[in-house]
Amino acid sequence: MEAMEIERLLERVLPRVQKPGRYTGGELNQVVKDWSDIDTRVALAFPDIYDLGMSNLGLMILYDLINKRTDALAERVYTPWMDMEEIHREHNLPLYSLESKHAVRDFDILAFSLPYETLYTNTLNMLDLAGIPIFSSERGVDDPLVIAGGHTSFNPEPMAPFIDAFAIGEGEEVMMEIIDVHKAWKASGEPREGLLHRLAHLWGVYVPALYEAHYNEDGTFQHIEKLVDHAQLPIVKRIVSQLPPPVTKFIVPYVDVSHNRIPIEIMRGCTRGCRFCHAGMITRPVRERTVEEVCEALEEALNVTGFEEVGLLSLSSSDYTHVVDLVKAVGERFADRVLSISLPSLRIESLSVDLMDALKDTRRSGFTLAPEAATEKMREIINKPVSSEQLLETAREIYSRGYTTIKLYFMMGHPSETMEDIDAIIELCKAVLRVGRECIGNRAKLTAGVSTFVPKPHTPFQWVPCDDLDTIYIKQEHLKRHLRGRGLKLNWNNPKETMLEAALSRGDRRLAEVVYRAWQKGCKFDAWYEGFRYDLWLEAYEEAGLDPAFYTHRRRPLDEVFPWEHLSTTLKKKFLTEDYLWSLAGRTRIDCRNQCFACGILPVFSQLRRDTPGEHWQCPEVKSRRVTVRNDDGTFMPQAVQEKPVTITLEEVIQSQ
Amino acid sequence: MRLRLTFSKTLAMRFTGHMDLHRSLERTFRRAGLPLTHSQGFTKRPKMNLASALPLGVTGDHELADIWLDEAMPLNEIEDRIRKAAPPGIELHQTIELPEEAPKLQNVVSASDFVVTLLEPIDSLEKRVADVLAADQIIRTRRGKEYDLRPLVLDLSVIEPDGEGRVCLAMRLRTQEGATGRPDEVIAAMGGEPFDTRINRVKIHLGPE
Repeated sequence: MEAMEIERLLERVLPRVQKPGRYTGGELNQVVKDWSDIDTRVALAFPDIYDLGMSNLGLMILYDLINKRTDALAERVYTPWMDMEEIHREHNLPLYSLESKHAVRDFDILAFSLPYETLYTNTLNMLDLAGIPIFSSERGVDDPLVIAGGHTSFNPEPMAPFIDAFAIGEGEEVMMEIIDVHKAWKASGEPREGLLHRLAHLWGVYVPALYEAHYNEDGTFQHIEKLVDHAQLPIVKRIVSQLPPPVTKFIVPYVDVSHNRIPIEIMRGCTRGCRFCHAGMITRPVRERTVEEVCEALEEALNVTGFEEVGLLSLSSSDYTHVVDLVKAVGERFADRVLSISLPSLRIESLSVDLMDALKDTRRSGFTLAPEAATEKMREIINKPVSSEQLLETAREIYSRGYTTIKLYFMMGHPSETMEDIDAIIELCKAVLRVGRECIGNRAKLTAGVSTFVPKPHTPFQWVPCDDLDTIYIKQEHLKRHLRGRGLKLNWNNPKETMLEAALSRGDRRLAEVVYRAWQKGCKFDAWYEGFRYDLWLEAYEEAGLDPAFYTHRRRPLDEVFPWEHLSTTLKKKFLTEDYLWSLAGRTRIDCRNQCFACGILPVFSQLRRDTPGEHWQCPEVKSRRVTVRNDDGTFMPQAVQEKPVTITLEEVIQSQ
Repeated sequence: MRLRLTFSKTLAMRFTGHMDLHRSLERTFRRAGLPLTHSQGFTKRPKMNLASALPLGVTGDHELADIWLDEAMPLNEIEDRIRKAAPPGIELHQTIELPEEAPKLQNVVSASDFVVTLLEPIDSLEKRVADVLAADQIIRTRRGKEYDLRPLVLDLSVIEPDGEGRVCLAMRLRTQEGATGRPDEVIAAMGGEPFDTRINRVKIHLGPE
């Protein structure tokens, strides 16, 4: 269907759906280029509704960068909500881009952001709505190249047959290279296969069709085999040596979306090393932006968007070296603009009184803190050592400044957790609320968000089992029974959704069949109450002959080979194994800004560190003159080795203490 | 300084609801760098009044908003800045200064004129129009509540077709707090399908009818 026809049809159908503003495009600051004048057209897709997709910073960065090129364009596409999907199917309306209303099928590249696993069925559904073959192997020379990136791409195997190429790690540079490669391939007239082979040469690009997975008789993963010589093994993640200037020209939606604010990333990565934290392991090293750069970008963004809120984002914002200076600078510089500052992800130990005071003029009702566990023993296991006294003291400082609400994030289901640890969550929440009452009486409120721990690949907890459904229900019931009463609120996750996430996040390529069958049965919007159908997922497992418990509840032996090991975060297996054993021994690691634990980042990226000295990287500077291997064309290509399992025992770890 | 703006709300902006329109205008004025007067209190919001909400999907050629500025500025500069900052779908037509003591905008709105373009024909349209006008009452249900639509219809007529030859209706509907007629309800009362229309509010009347 041509763009004109799509527009005409939309005029007739949009009044019939809820929130039609999701489907119109045309917002301030969108970029519309002359379609016929452009070599490479990229559709940037988020496989959930507009309201969420519009808040995805990764896609905004790529949108900005691609549209700055004269030879490429980027347009947006999100998942239609169920009422709009019906209209698509009823009228044979193909999935279209918001900017120019071109069918997604007419783009050169369709790029998905896949930050979490419950977007997988929506991804298949979007391919289907676009009229693009679901399986990579069935796509022809006229179909768009389908790529994906985002945090799940560090274990992309359950999506391997559906995606032509994954971008592992940071997308800013590699997206540009993919466009270059596509352009050259298009000019060459080669068959589609040629494009995949060309892409396989890029640092950080994983083309799953060029590899075959092998399994042992007991169903565990054996190894991955390269089918062509030039396929990389392992595929080292992409990083940028220095964060590029922040995006400022954000699209201003016509309708309410989930985050109505200017997002500015102040720092990437985290030095704390919490053992459960996938993001903390895969986004290393820490790189910071300067206060000046953030303020300049914010000023520009305020001028072009008019937003009333700024989010100063990172994995642990209070650990940003100059956080107090930054908040003060923002407060002073934009004092006349009635601006609220949100600073998510605060660490208890680094949320200082100075920082609270610096934030006092911004509109906020309170603070969110994430102790994650309520006993000191458990915080040592997960490597988030902070004392309950410190939490209570911080809470006192917060409430006594007149803030009414503290949100505490916990996780249950940590390794070696007992009901005593659950009781401790209840006790700690009540203790914090008591502190609040002492400060401000009955106005004090406490919200406890207790999610369920899901062991993630590439973390020191990748070996541990996830709690089973019954255990999760028992723990949740216990929390619900005791965390109630005036001023207390409890939030929790759907345990079945946790089960799905747990299986997919540490799954192998065989799970693709489950994803496919689940989608065929009608699974979509798995992250939504309205969409999630675990019964259908269980049918899909059954038909594929796979047991979700194998992926979710099995304690994996130390020498097991994992189906995600060919995707290298550059963290050494020795580091992760040792950290896992340290957790069993109750031993913690300090913040790695204070002591380098040789996780593996620095040797692989030493050249990048050498090229960008200074304090913006939190890793130590590299002085040696070792020359790193480069590609034939002189571009940097980091090298990592495919590691063997390490032989190290708990006894050795305990003895070494 | 109190200002009354006349603007149109068209294009994709017609799918922006009343609350979101508020926000879109606020952001426009922020981009324009106007010294907006803010409400005091915990959540400071710019002081702004809109004449009357448009149903979702309906465009407006003559929408009205009152805003206040902390510092006086020349009207042409204000207009200039707003025009540059407005998003697609909002176009400023006129800005006038009002005395502070002028009554609240919502309180003086009395009626709205709509032009409804029929994308699908309605049979015996003239008779249906006459029936509406002749009726003593037209009981309709909206959001589970019964109400009488008839007293909200001040005028209704078939007018010249549009440029593409499609039949058009003009209607004047009461627009007062608790007594606001909706054009889609009139279409439905005539046996038409409101989705098969294009509706534009062409004028908002202030003061007594």
